[in-house]
Amino acid sequence: MIEARQLTKRYGDRLAVDDLTFTVEPGRVTGFLGPNGAGKSTTMRLILGLDRPNSGTATINGRPYAELARPLQVVGALLEARAVHTGRSAYNHLLVLAQTQGLPKRRVGEVLELVGLESVARRRAGTFSLGMGQRLGIAAALLGDPQVLILDEPVNGLDPEGIHWIRTLMKTLAAQGRTIFVSSHLMSEIAITADHLLVIGRGRLIANSSTTEFIERNTTPSVLVVSPGADRLAGLLAGEGARVESSPSDSTTPSPSAEPGAGSSLTVYDMPAAHIGEVAARAGLVLHQLTPQRASLESAFMELTRESVEYAVRSDGSVGSGQDRANTSLSTSAPATSQSGSAEAASADGSSTTEEGSR
Amino acid sequence: MSGPMAPSQAPTASQQPARGRFLTDFSHQLLAEWTKIRSLRSTVWALVLLFVLTLGLTTLFTSVAVAQWNQLDPGDRASLLADPVSGILGSGLSLGQLTMCVLGVLVISSEYSTGMIRSSLLAEPRRWPMLAAKCSVFAVVVLIVGEIVAFASFFVGAAILHSHVVVTLSDPGVLRAVVGEGLYLAVLGLFALAIGGLLRHTAGAITLVIGFIIVLSPLTQLIPGQIGIYVHAYMPAVAGSLITSANPAISGNNVLTPWQGFGVFCLWTAVLLAISTYLLQRRDA
Repeated sequence: MIEARQLTKRYGDRLAVDDLTFTVEPGRVTGFLGPNGAGKSTTMRLILGLDRPNSGTATINGRPYAELARPLQVVGALLEARAVHTGRSAYNHLLVLAQTQGLPKRRVGEVLELVGLESVARRRAGTFSLGMGQRLGIAAALLGDPQVLILDEPVNGLDPEGIHWIRTLMKTLAAQGRTIFVSSHLMSEIAITADHLLVIGRGRLIANSSTTEFIERNTTPSVLVVSPGADRLAGLLAGEGARVESSPSDSTTPSPSAEPGAGSSLTVYDMPAAHIGEVAARAGLVLHQLTPQRASLESAFMELTRESVEYAVRSDGSVGSGQDRANTSLSTSAPATSQSGSAEAASADGSSTTEEGSR
Repeated sequence: MSGPMAPSQAPTASQQPARGRFLTDFSHQLLAEWTKIRSLRSTVWALVLLFVLTLGLTTLFTSVAVAQWNQLDPGDRASLLADPVSGILGSGLSLGQLTMCVLGVLVISSEYSTGMIRSSLLAEPRRWPMLAAKCSVFAVVVLIVGEIVAFASFFVGAAILHSHVVVTLSDPGVLRAVVGEGLYLAVLGLFALAIGGLLRHTAGAITLVIGFIIVLSPLTQLIPGQIGIYVHAYMPAVAGSLITSANPAISGNNVLTPWQGFGVFCLWTAVLLAISTYLLQRRDA
């Protein structure tokens, strides 16, 4: 179990980690999610005692990392930055680490086999590809057969087979009752593996909930409608209480209007597809497409962390700060929530709160 | 590939008394540092270069001295006659010692440049035992190779000079000087390691160490008056290398005796190592 209590870290006048409090429980994979520069790596380095917090504490099984006896047998860590001497062979690198913990040489061979690096064990680590380096880092993390694993962006540089392997490995290890804490900046990646999510932005905790709950709360269902009479239909649907957007506003929804002769498309919120179909039938309008969809997790994540993104790329040409933009997007969705008044309304609110959902 | 992981066979640390556990842990650190140092090519290269450079220059110097004995500057000839072991050892050491400056820095700075330091500190989060083990292993390695180099260059140099100067290990101060060369190299290596740990940057640290020894030390001689003499005498490499002379007072170095000089050098190194350790404990890795 990993516990962080009011963890705060400054670099100069930049606040990298801001009053983080959370617990990472054993027996499940906990995803640690945030945009680049959100403070994920710093938090992990604080937990591992590599950096000192300005205030707050981080403990593993109740003790600070520095007080662990034979720490590699308690915690295995894969850091984002490489932590291997480039002039040393993979075998010798692992042998050094094994010797510091009093582990038998045999263990080195075992982890090399586990990560599939036996054939290149005698090659210098400096000659390794990104993926091989990542496997070596994972081998080092598993060396002491630890109960707690802290993995910073483990899929970085891995090929699809490697990604599948690390996912399976994490789930297997969690099922054995171990604590798995894994960071990523890719929502879609982490959603597949993690049972629980911690989301941070600008060093602050934004969300702390189970993955399924997070997805439910943060994705708004919508229906894509393509019709030659889109304009008329939009008016009718709005009259029935739906929120309608013409022409897809973000790239995550495919645009079928590129086809010649096709109708234009609408994205309809707060109305089930069946109801939309009935409205269209009553008005005698032709539908080319009626597709229920969920806003992607990725865009939910982007929405959630928008105001905390450090290096934002502006696609709308606005000059306002991230804060302004977030406020704008919240206010535009306000009428919709008052209409439906259902669980979705609660979820829209929930997405902007910082504590664990207890609704 | 995600098969079951074998449970570790190591004894659980908490079962041992604290003192015994620390000694066990430290012996593990020593073994790991030994693996670190022997598994890098830079170590082998630096030690081979130390041997070749030192022996080569001693051979060259003594051969030239013998061949041109009558054309030698009378002062040089006099000092060679008065303290031959100093000439034999000093000629090789002048450049040979630079290899240990570089290796000493590299032993620690390469951990920072490659990121290995993070693995090292994750394995020993108390940190200082890692540095202590590294210093111990490195010093012992350099001491052993340094003694081999010292005795080899003494015997080669003495054999070449034999026709003009006879010097044996049983002459006063000679054995101390030869053994002292190995000691000097070991402490010099630690001196460089300390600065490498302070700066954490290979090029910067090598420049500083070599600048200190080759540029700064001779420059202090230019300070006028008694102060200059004292400042120069207490410079690390100047004081430290006194131990490689049988009788440094002959050549005018009479501020410190050989052992005092070596003590001063050890003190410099100890202070730098202490600062280096303090910063290692304090700084983010």
